[in-house]
Amino acid sequence: MSAPTEAPPSAPDRAPAAEPAKRVVRIGDRIFSGSTVFAGSLILVVLAAVAIFLIVQSGPAFTANADEVPGPSEDFWSYVGPLVFGTVWAAFLALVLATPMAIGIALFISHYAPRKLAQGLGYVIDLLAAVPSVVFGLWGVLTLARFVQPFYQWLGDNLGWIPLFSGIVSGSGKTILTGAIVLAVMVLPIMTAVCREVFLQAPRLHEEAALALGATRSEMIRMAVLPFARSGIVSAIMLGLGRALGETLAIAMVLSPALVISPQLLTSQNPNTIAANIALQFAEATGKGVNILIATGLILFIITFVVNFVARAIVARRAAFSGAN
Amino acid sequence: MSTTTAAPAARPMTNSLAAGRLPRFSPIFLLIGSWIVMGAVYGMLAAAGTLEGFDIVGTVFFGTVLFDVALFVWSLVVEGGRRARDRLITSLVCTAFVIALLPLISLIWTVVAGGVHRFDLTFFSSSMRNVLDEGGGALHATVGTLEITGFAALISVPIGLLTAIYLVEYGRGWLAKGITFLVDVMTGIPSIVAGLFAFALFSLFAGPGIRAGVMGSVALAVLMIPIVVRSAEEILKLVPNELREASYALGVPKWLTVVKVVLPTAVAGITTGIVLSISRVIGETAPLLLTAGFTASMNYDLFDERMMTLPVFVYTQYANQGPEASDFINRAWAGALELILIVAVLNILARLVSFFFSPKTGR
Repeated sequence: MSAPTEAPPSAPDRAPAAEPAKRVVRIGDRIFSGSTVFAGSLILVVLAAVAIFLIVQSGPAFTANADEVPGPSEDFWSYVGPLVFGTVWAAFLALVLATPMAIGIALFISHYAPRKLAQGLGYVIDLLAAVPSVVFGLWGVLTLARFVQPFYQWLGDNLGWIPLFSGIVSGSGKTILTGAIVLAVMVLPIMTAVCREVFLQAPRLHEEAALALGATRSEMIRMAVLPFARSGIVSAIMLGLGRALGETLAIAMVLSPALVISPQLLTSQNPNTIAANIALQFAEATGKGVNILIATGLILFIITFVVNFVARAIVARRAAFSGAN
Repeated sequence: MSTTTAAPAARPMTNSLAAGRLPRFSPIFLLIGSWIVMGAVYGMLAAAGTLEGFDIVGTVFFGTVLFDVALFVWSLVVEGGRRARDRLITSLVCTAFVIALLPLISLIWTVVAGGVHRFDLTFFSSSMRNVLDEGGGALHATVGTLEITGFAALISVPIGLLTAIYLVEYGRGWLAKGITFLVDVMTGIPSIVAGLFAFALFSLFAGPGIRAGVMGSVALAVLMIPIVVRSAEEILKLVPNELREASYALGVPKWLTVVKVVLPTAVAGITTGIVLSISRVIGETAPLLLTAGFTASMNYDLFDERMMTLPVFVYTQYANQGPEASDFINRAWAGALELILIVAVLNILARLVSFFFSPKTGR
C-alpha cells in the first residue's frame, strides 16, 4: 500500500509504539475530511444566509409609510396583521380536519388492517405526498370547490346563526374552508406517517396484557397505545402545522382573498395567507413593495421556525424517555 | 342480600362471554345495505329534480355515516355498551381511511380525465410563443423543469452527501450536533421562503428585478439539501461497522475506507434517496414563480432571462386565462398530468434501484 513517506526518519527509536502510528497524517484523509467539514459548515452558512438576507432585505419595510404599503393599510404592521391571522387560521382549520383523520388512518394501518395489507396501504397514503402542490391547487379550485359549494349553501341557509357560518355564502366555493380541506389532505401523509411510527412502537406486552384482561380492541388502544403515543401525536400535529403554514400555491389558487380579519368560513371575503399573498403579489411588486413582501416572508420563516423547533424538542424529549419502557 | 335476588328480575345478569353477538358478517352487509339506502335516497332526489344527476361521492360518504350510526345502535341493543363502542371505533377508523382515499382517487381521476384532452404531440413539441387560444404546448416548461431541477441536484447532491458522510463518519461534538439540528430546521423552511432567499441573494449582486433559471436552482437546492442529508445519513448508518473495521485492519486509510467500502455498500440506498428528493422538489411551484419567473418562449440558458417550468406553467395557464378559458384549463390539466407522470416515474425508478441494487442480506 502507499506507506507514509515521512515516517522513516523517526523509525529507529520507536519507544512509544502507539504514539507515532497515530500521528501519521495522509493527504487524502486531510482533503476528504476537510471537504466533508466544509460541506457541513456550508449548511450552517446557508441557513445563516437565509436569515441574514431576509433581514437585510426586509429592513426598509418596517418603516414604510402609508403610500408605500399596498392597500388601505397605514403601516407595515397593519398590512401584515390580517395575513398572519389568515395563515394561522387556515393552518388551524386544516389541522382540526386532519388530526382525527391522521390518527384514524394510522390506527387503521397499524392495528386494524390485515398485516399483509398494512404496508401497501401505507404506500397508498404516501402517494398523496408525491402529488405536487400546484396539482392540489388545480384540483381544489376546479373540482373540490364546485363539489362542496352546495354543502356550503346548505350550511349558510340552515346554520347561518352560528358566527362561523354567517355572512353571504360564496357562489364559487372558493372559501377558506375549501382551502383548509386542501391543506388537510396535503398534510395528511406526514402526520399519518409519524403517528403510524409511534403506534407501531407501542409496547406489545402492554397491548397483550390489556387484551388478556378482557379489554376490547378499542379499550386496548385507549389504555395501552394512545397514552404511549401522546407525545408522538403532538409532534405529528406540530410537523403538520409547519407544513400547513408554509403551503403556498394550493391556497393561492383556491382562495378568493381580501385584506380582512374574519373567522367566517363560507364567504368570498377571506383572509389571505402570507405565502399565498407573496406568490400572488410578487410579480407586480416594485421598489419597497418587494421589501414588504420579503418582510412578510421573514415573519413566516420565524413562525415556522418556532413551530418546528417545538416539534423537534418534543420528539427529542420523547426519544430520551423511550428507553424506559 | 335481598337486593341481589331482586336485581336479576329487573335486568337479567349478562355474562359478557355468552352475551348476544351480532351475526358474523353483519357489518359488511350493513355497510352495503346503508349504501343502497343512501343510493336510493339520492336516486329519488335526482329523479325529483332537486339534484342534477346522481351523486356517487355523496352516496358513499353519507352511506358510510349511516352505517356507523346503525351499527352502533344495533350493537348497543344486542351486545351492550362496551362492544358497541368497540364497533363504533372500528368503523370510524375504517371510515377515516376510506375518506382519505376519496380525494386521492378524485384527484387522480380528474387529472387524467382533464389531461387527456391535450396530451398530444403538439403539447410536447411546441412552446406557448404566439399562442393565444388553442394549440401550444409545454416543451419550454419541460426543458426548463429538467434543467433547473438537474442543476439543483448538481448543487445539492455533493453538499448533501458530504455532509451526511461528515455526520456519520467524522462528526463529533458541537459542530455535528449543530448541523443535525439545522438540517432539521432546514427541512421545515417553507418553500416560498427559499424562493425569497434566492431572490434576495441574486438581487443583491445583479440588481432588483432579475429573473434566471439558476436562481430557481439555488432555491430548490436549499429545499433539497436537507432531504438528501437525511436519507443518505440513514443509509450510511445502516452500513455494518464490521466492514469499516475489516478495512482499517488491512491498513486502508479512513478516506479510502469511506470511498471504496462504505459508499459502494450504500450506493443503492443513496441513489434511491437522491431520486426521491428530486421527485420531491420537481413539483415545487412557489420558489420558481419568484425566481425563474414565467415566459412563453423557449430558453435553454440557465443563467440568462426568465425560464418556464412545468409547475409554473400549470399555475399560469390557470391564473391567466385567455378569452377561450377551456383551452387554458385543458393545457393546465395536461401539464398537471405530465408533472404527476414525471413524479410517478421517478418514484418507481427509486424503488427499482433499491430493489435491484441493494446488497443482498443473508436472510
